[in-house]
Amino acid sequence: MDAKLKKLVTDPLFDSNPISIQILGICSALAVTTSMNTALLMCVALTVVTALSSAAISAIREHVPTAIRIIVQMIIIASLVIITDQVLKAFAYDTSKQLSVFVGLIITNCIVMGRAEGFAMANPPKESFWDGVGNGFGYSIILMTLAAFREFFGSGSLFGIKIMPLINDGGWYIPNGMMLLPPSAFFLIGIFIWVQRSLQPKSVEKADFTIHESGHAGHGHAEAK
Amino acid sequence: MDSLVSLFVKAVFIENLALSFFLGMCTFIALSKKISAAIGLGIAVMVVQGITVPLNNIILNGLLKEGALSWIGFDGDLTFLGLICYIGVIAAAVQVLEMFLDKFMPALYAALGVFLPLITVNCAILGGSLFMVERDYNFAESVTYGLGSGFGWALAIVALAGIREKLKYSDVPDGLQGLGITFITVGLCSLGFMAFSGVQL
Repeated sequence: MDAKLKKLVTDPLFDSNPISIQILGICSALAVTTSMNTALLMCVALTVVTALSSAAISAIREHVPTAIRIIVQMIIIASLVIITDQVLKAFAYDTSKQLSVFVGLIITNCIVMGRAEGFAMANPPKESFWDGVGNGFGYSIILMTLAAFREFFGSGSLFGIKIMPLINDGGWYIPNGMMLLPPSAFFLIGIFIWVQRSLQPKSVEKADFTIHESGHAGHGHAEAK
Repeated sequence: MDSLVSLFVKAVFIENLALSFFLGMCTFIALSKKISAAIGLGIAVMVVQGITVPLNNIILNGLLKEGALSWIGFDGDLTFLGLICYIGVIAAAVQVLEMFLDKFMPALYAALGVFLPLITVNCAILGGSLFMVERDYNFAESVTYGLGSGFGWALAIVALAGIREKLKYSDVPDGLQGLGITFITVGLCSLGFMAFSGVQL
């Protein structure tokens, strides 16, 4: 893999992370992170769909009239999501039940559409594929971190394996029930963004709430949604 | 009737799409800086949700379910095509609504017009339809659920916009500015809405 492709994969991991910098795909990032197993499955599903849809859309980009491109992208993405959904139902039925509607919601996940519009429409299939993989990984990093925090403090385990014995089972750890409830996901992602922006001062927003004037290309996507 | 009222209340408060299922977050965060924009978007979501959830219900029960097409001699199960149908219906419904408003209600179109295209790709809309499928609602329930969940989402975004308008006067640490503090605010709203859990009518 040459340097350019490597950059496409590594950039979205931290410097232009789809969730915390580009503000894309937050919906599902919060909902599936109560346990690491569901989060991992979601990450794999999203990475596969983003990579393949970017490659497919980029392959036909010169043959699609601009006026109907959104609907074409939507059909490609929806077909890939249906395949993913069927595969998950066949091979990981229990976890896919826990993911409930969120696999289907990959269709409207802003990361997939955002990369299709923002990258795949202007680049060849190979680059688009790796860009999709990179953004999928960037999403996965945040999801797995959030899920690790929530599962560890919420139920004292990681990947379903008990690390801290709970007081109910005769152990010493009193589980922090709030970690499993929706508000904690918002707090954790807020703190995550805080840490990341403190480490990376150029991404700090200006004080008067003019998010779109702060000069990040990524915010344009959020607006376009 | 009682069960419908209870479903409505549940959809608005207890199972609020934005605050307990995190649906439509992108638009929720991006367009909640002004109350006026939030109200416009909220109404648009409510209208579209109220139309598309029942429409998808009809499609599910009339075309996709096993045996639904037995009158033409086909009794396979087409529910795997659900996702592509629902998103197609949503895109089409939004487009038709946009043209209808443009022609017959120009004032409303001027107010809602910019938000309508955004709604096609709003996860709250698709999410509403998928929840309807998962919970196997009948037609009356799907109308109630559509309106209720749309109203709940509208309520949440208007509340958040109100808070954010005040928030700009506060002194927020640099790294938390903008997106970070917004998330924490949404977290607090969500915590507030959790107080409704367990309410039954």
